[in-house]
Amino acid sequence: MAQSFEVPNGHSVEEHDLERTLNPYVTGTSVIGLKYKDGIILAADTGGSYGSTLRYKSVERIKPIGKHSLLGASGEISDFQEILKYLDELIIYDNMWDDGNSLGPKEVHNYLNRVMYNRRNKFDPLWNSLVLGGVKNGQKYLGVVNMIGTHFEDDHVATGFGNHLARPILRAEWHADLSFEEAVKLVEKCLLVLLYRDRSAINKFQLAKITEEGTTIYPRYSLKTFWGFSAFQNPTKGAVGSW
Amino acid sequence: MESLHDAPHSMGTTIIGVTYDGGVVLGADSRTSTGMYVANRASDKITQLTDNVYVCRSGSAADSQIVSDYVRYFLEQHTIQLGEPATVKVAANLVRLLSYQNKNMLQTGLIVGGWDKHEGGQIYSVPLGGTILKEPFTIGGSGSTYLYGFFDQAWKEGMSKEEAEKLVVKAVSLAIARDGASGGVVRTVIINADGVTRNFYTGDTLPLWHEELEAHNSLLDILSSDSPVPMST
Repeated sequence: MAQSFEVPNGHSVEEHDLERTLNPYVTGTSVIGLKYKDGIILAADTGGSYGSTLRYKSVERIKPIGKHSLLGASGEISDFQEILKYLDELIIYDNMWDDGNSLGPKEVHNYLNRVMYNRRNKFDPLWNSLVLGGVKNGQKYLGVVNMIGTHFEDDHVATGFGNHLARPILRAEWHADLSFEEAVKLVEKCLLVLLYRDRSAINKFQLAKITEEGTTIYPRYSLKTFWGFSAFQNPTKGAVGSW
Repeated sequence: MESLHDAPHSMGTTIIGVTYDGGVVLGADSRTSTGMYVANRASDKITQLTDNVYVCRSGSAADSQIVSDYVRYFLEQHTIQLGEPATVKVAANLVRLLSYQNKNMLQTGLIVGGWDKHEGGQIYSVPLGGTILKEPFTIGGSGSTYLYGFFDQAWKEGMSKEEAEKLVVKAVSLAIARDGASGGVVRTVIINADGVTRNFYTGDTLPLWHEELEAHNSLLDILSSDSPVPMST
């Protein structure tokens, strides 16, 4: 199980471990994506947790990729930063052809799938769940791929806790051709539930949209939370003890 | 699900990096421990990478030292090739490269801070795993757990050099009070356009916190002073 210390541009002889599944350190929580009339909306909070500590509060987990895609990531932030570097190389290579063509969201999703699955096969995963959304030539595309290589496309997707809390809401309330306003309201409904019920969620969000025209990443913002249920006032009235 | 995994190991030390209007202040405690024994009570955890960039080291002493040595080596060559001082961003990214590519083997969290003529004072956090994040201020090491609340309340944008250093010294001192793995003296390094200043604050210059008592040479000094007041707990 010998390894060598990897040095940039060094001539180190790498002998990979026989087993190498690691633990994540700095992690991002859920990402939500949905298709609407003009394109795709992606949303995530800007938290980077370090175990149970909410250590970093301004982490950008949604980034534009090339002209036609947006990538949102949950999981280990260092692996996401590395994936962005791979995608950077991919897009630069694509641009170097200078042939008027550019990689669309479907191609980028496929590339990510190959990377994630191949790393999984070597027991050396990139510890992320990724949401890839985009529009090219009027065609909207929204897909997910995760650390074990599971991938699919759908009209609405989520990662992490979002799978359990956001997707049921999306299944009930999503419909084709949502207006931008309706889509934002729907996403915010999901974000709020996650804020209430996901311990690693923080109240600072990044919302991004991508349409045929291009990408817009909105300034970070927070949502109002509601605590005014009468049942919350005195939940244990009449009970012996306070439970 | 991510939540099923253990929290990362916390690391002996308190380290801090803070930007102010014109530069950065780096701070650290001075305790190096092997288990329960304090191997070095006056260590210097703020290590030079170039004339204008320093790194605060936490976690495994060996790992943080080797990373610093490699980065210093690369930066020296890079500076010669570039023909001007290396930028803080490059230094921080070299630290990230080593931390990320060797994430299985390394147990070190680092704070890179410095000043360059392009971007002024900058602080980069490189925790376990090799994430890199540029921050206006950041804290690290096992002692930092006691400082999140403190910084949430006490940090403000646009501090002066004096205010920033005072904040750092106060913070390290508070962490030392509660974290067994942090102790000794408070070292600070201030980096700006004018250069680098190293400072050193011993226990007697720091304020006393809750349940801490003023230091004396001997009980006899207390007894022999004016009117001996009976002790009460």
